[in-house]
Formats: sequence, structure tokens, C-alpha cells
Amino acid sequence: MSLDSSDIEKIAHLARLGIDPERTARYAADLSNILDLVARMDAVDTAGVDPMAHPLHMVQRLRPDQPSEPDQREPFQSIAPLTEGGLYLVPKVIE
Amino acid sequence: MQNKSIAQLAADLRLRTYSSVELTRHYLDRIERLDPRLNSFITVASESALAAAERADRVLKSGDAGPLTGIPIAHKDIFCTQGLRTSCGSRMLDNFIAPYDATVVEKLAAAGAVVLGKTNMDEFAMGSSNETSFYGPVHNPWDQTRVPGGSSGGSAAAVAARLCPVATGTDTGGSIRQPAALCGITGIKPTYGRCSRWGMIAFASSLDQAGVMARSAADAAFILDEMAGFDPRDSTSADVPVPDYVDALDDDIKGLRIGLPKEYFGAGLDGRVAAVIQDAIKEYERLGAEIHEISLPNSPLSVPVYYVVAPAECSSNLARFDGVRYGHRCENPRDLEDLYKRSRAEGFGAEVQRRIMIGTYVLSAGYYDAYYLKAQKIRHLIAEDFKRAFDKVDVIMGPTSPTTAFPIGDKMDDPVAMYLNDIYTIATNLAGLPGMSIPVEPVDGLPVGLQIIGNYFEEARLLNVAHRFQHATHWHQAAPAGFE
Repeated sequence: MSLDSSDIEKIAHLARLGIDPERTARYAADLSNILDLVARMDAVDTAGVDPMAHPLHMVQRLRPDQPSEPDQREPFQSIAPLTEGGLYLVPKVIE
Repeated sequence: MQNKSIAQLAADLRLRTYSSVELTRHYLDRIERLDPRLNSFITVASESALAAAERADRVLKSGDAGPLTGIPIAHKDIFCTQGLRTSCGSRMLDNFIAPYDATVVEKLAAAGAVVLGKTNMDEFAMGSSNETSFYGPVHNPWDQTRVPGGSSGGSAAAVAARLCPVATGTDTGGSIRQPAALCGITGIKPTYGRCSRWGMIAFASSLDQAGVMARSAADAAFILDEMAGFDPRDSTSADVPVPDYVDALDDDIKGLRIGLPKEYFGAGLDGRVAAVIQDAIKEYERLGAEIHEISLPNSPLSVPVYYVVAPAECSSNLARFDGVRYGHRCENPRDLEDLYKRSRAEGFGAEVQRRIMIGTYVLSAGYYDAYYLKAQKIRHLIAEDFKRAFDKVDVIMGPTSPTTAFPIGDKMDDPVAMYLNDIYTIATNLAGLPGMSIPVEPVDGLPVGLQIIGNYFEEARLLNVAHRFQHATHWHQAAPAGFE
């Protein structure tokens, strides 16, 4: 599997990574090598095999619908880059 | 003092041979004096450690000390520690002070342990050499031009250099066992779900597991006794009773059936590493174990499968780092997309970006069946191989890593070569099984690890099997020159 610089730009956009244009060719080469490694899977016949989502075949536990956490807005927002009046601030989204 | 076992330290503290403050100071002095050679700590918490040691001394005096009261430990910087920076080895979290403790941190604190600081690691635990850390590489105490392994490289180097008696680690594809092997210490990755993942920064949630890095199986048993157990705050935590790991250490291993997978001794394994691993197996025969050749036919596929599953889960887990709620935020974002893209590009290093992109690609529309679903199917086949093997044997043994520690810088330009370091450890994570690494005879002065893999929730047997070897041999007692 070979990826080129335009593939990397598309993937980086999906991942919201603003990668340096000078590095796209290098990333294209690295990711292509990794996908070549991954392609060894193609040799395996997996017809009729169930996918394994969890090593212990556990099911999701349910808990009672009761509040379990205290209000920690202040400590949580104290580590945020930018807040005001209990809100997280981001650049204007709607003009 | 730094060569004593956890049991000896605990006994000495109870007898007031020395105080926890004295013991803590001793380790803080060693860190200050010796760590400049290794870079194994990201944060040293001198002040809070001494305050905790003072509290421990008061508890020891009062007579109701817990099992680890006053024993210094270090945490891999992936575990959230309230009030103490948790960086995960990344610029993204360089300024992150967690508002709460991870369950593992909380449990060890409740048992009385004193936190010396946070150890260096590959960025977001993605690496096998500790070279991807934002805080610089860790140097292997046995040869400071070489890597300590990764991702728990700081914990491994710190324990090997006697800068702390014991440290926590995490293992997603070998990140406890491989650095334990390369630094000549004992590391255990428990069964998936055995130790809580709550407050442990997520990399690949179906594989991540917390464990212990120590100088012996006995020390690891003491710590795991306190770390393991069900946690309702982690929805994947296993609700399975925890046996007493220390109690089982001395059990006889006569008649133990050891499986040697032929796939773990083939091409790619350094011949000198193979020879000392075979010698260790012979020691087990002398101790009364039976050796069986087995096959794990799908295990060579574990690296390709892992590099679909782990990046897929990583791309999803690391989506939370958006420059809004915590972590790095770029200067003067033009709009929201620019805020996300630049914050993430500046905050994450190259290896993390590669894995996020691989994960994003394999999960993108049209590729899911060919990559993720295919990988999860082969993962099932890999787990079935182990299931069949454990019908015939009690434990599986082989090398932890195909070579000894390699020079710093050797594999950084070739991600695939780096990934193949974990060829013997990854299958265990994919299957969710517990695994250990213990030191055997070194090769050219560099440590080699014997890997021991057990069936689900058989940590007690692994620790027992490791302890019997360490009872009969002395490899685990060797200290690197300059750190004795």
C-alpha cells in the first residue's frame, strides 16, 4: 500500500493535525512502510472467524442512574487554557 | 539500603532501624546525584515525598502501618497524580496537573507508599526505546549509549539503577516487559482488566494494562497485592477476586509444564540471546519442570494486527486533546479548526502523529473491513492459539526481546524496525494474557529477559515461577556499574 503526499494531507485533516508541508513526503513514506507491514494480514483466511472486540468477552456493566461524582467544575477549569464565567473559550464559530 | 528487598525495607521501617524520612531522603539523594546520567525522572517530588514520609513515620510509630507504609515508589508519568504534573512524556501535557489520582496511585497511597516522582516514558507510551519522550531519551544504566527500552523506560532505568525500590509501568504491546528485559529487572504485565485503568492516560483501551517494575518477583508480588483489584470506575475492570501473590511465591514448581513456542525461537532472534534463554530453561528443568515444544502459528501476525488495532484506538483516544479543556493550546488561533490543528501538531511528536494518522486511515470510510475488522478476526485466531497451548502447558516461555539494548538513535528513522522489537510481547496483549520478564545471564554485559506468559488471571503462578528461578540463581541481583 503506497500513500502519497495528498493522501497524507487528507488523513491529517481528518485527524485535525496541522502537519508541516515539508514533512508530508516523509510521513507518506513512513505510513506506506507501516501499511506494508500490516498487509501481511492479507495472507490469512478469516472467513467464518468472529472479530474479537475484547480479550475477556466481557459485557458492559450497568450502574444505577444516580449521580456519583461531585461538581468539580472549578478544579477542572483551573487547568484549561482559556475560560470565562465557567465557560471554555474558543475562537468565534458562528459569524 | 538501595539493595534491600521491599520485605526487608518494610521490616526495617517497623523496627525503626531507619525512618521513612531517612529512606526517602536516601533515594532523593541518589536521584539528584545519579539521574543526570539517565534522565529517568520527568518530575521529582522531593517536598511532597518528604511530607508523605513524615506522615508515614507517624503511622509507623502508632503501630497501624499498612503493608507499604513508608516505602518509596515512583510512578510512570502516565498515571494521574493530583497536584503533581502528569505529562505522559508529551509537550501536549507539559502543563497538565491532574485534578485527581489514578486508582492505582490511590491504592498504593492507601497502602502507605511514598511517591518519589514521575518517571520518563515514550510520548503517550508509543515507543520501544523511550526516545519519543518530549523530555529527551532515557539512558540505559548498563550502557549509557544505549536505550532502556520503552515505553516504561524511565521506570525500568530508575529501578535498575536503584533510584527507587519499585515503580509502576504500563504495557500495551510490551511496554513493561521489554524495558524490564533491556534494563535487567523484573516486570509483570497482569491480565487485561486486573489493575484499574482509571486515571491512567489511555493509549489503546483494549490492550492497556498497568503493572509493576521491580528488582525481583517477590518485590513485584508485594506491590501487585496492593495494586490489583476491581474498580467500578473502570468499565473494563475485571470483577475477579485477587489472591495473595506473596503467599504463593514459594510454591513448588515440580512437574510444571513449560511450553516453548517454536515461533519465538526462529529467525530474527539473536543467537546469543537464544543461548542464554535456553540455559534459563535448563535451570527450570533442574528445578523439576517439564519442557514441551508448542506452536502459536498465528503469533507472527501479532505485529501487523497490533499496528491496526493500537493506532485505531489511539486515534480515537487522543481525539480528546483539542486545545480547549486542558493541555497545549496554540497561540492566536484564527478559527476553531486552526485551534485544533495547530494545538495538536505542536503538542504531539512525530511518532504520536504517525500513529494517529495510521489509526485515522484504517478507520476511515471504506477501509474499516479491510483493516480493523480483519485485524480483530486475526486477533481472535491469536487468542485461540494460546487457548490451545494452555490445554497442554501451564506457562509459556521464550525471549522477551529479540536482542539486547540497542544504541540510542539506531532505529528512530525506521518505525517498522522499531515496531519489530515487540514481536514476542504483543501477542500477549492482543489475547489479554498476563506476562512477565525476568533477567537471565547477560550477553556482553547487557541484560537479557526471559518472558513467562500465563493463562488468564494466573499472575500468582507467574510470580511463583519467576521467584523459584530467582531463588536458585543470582542474575536478578546484579547492579549496573556506578549504581550499586
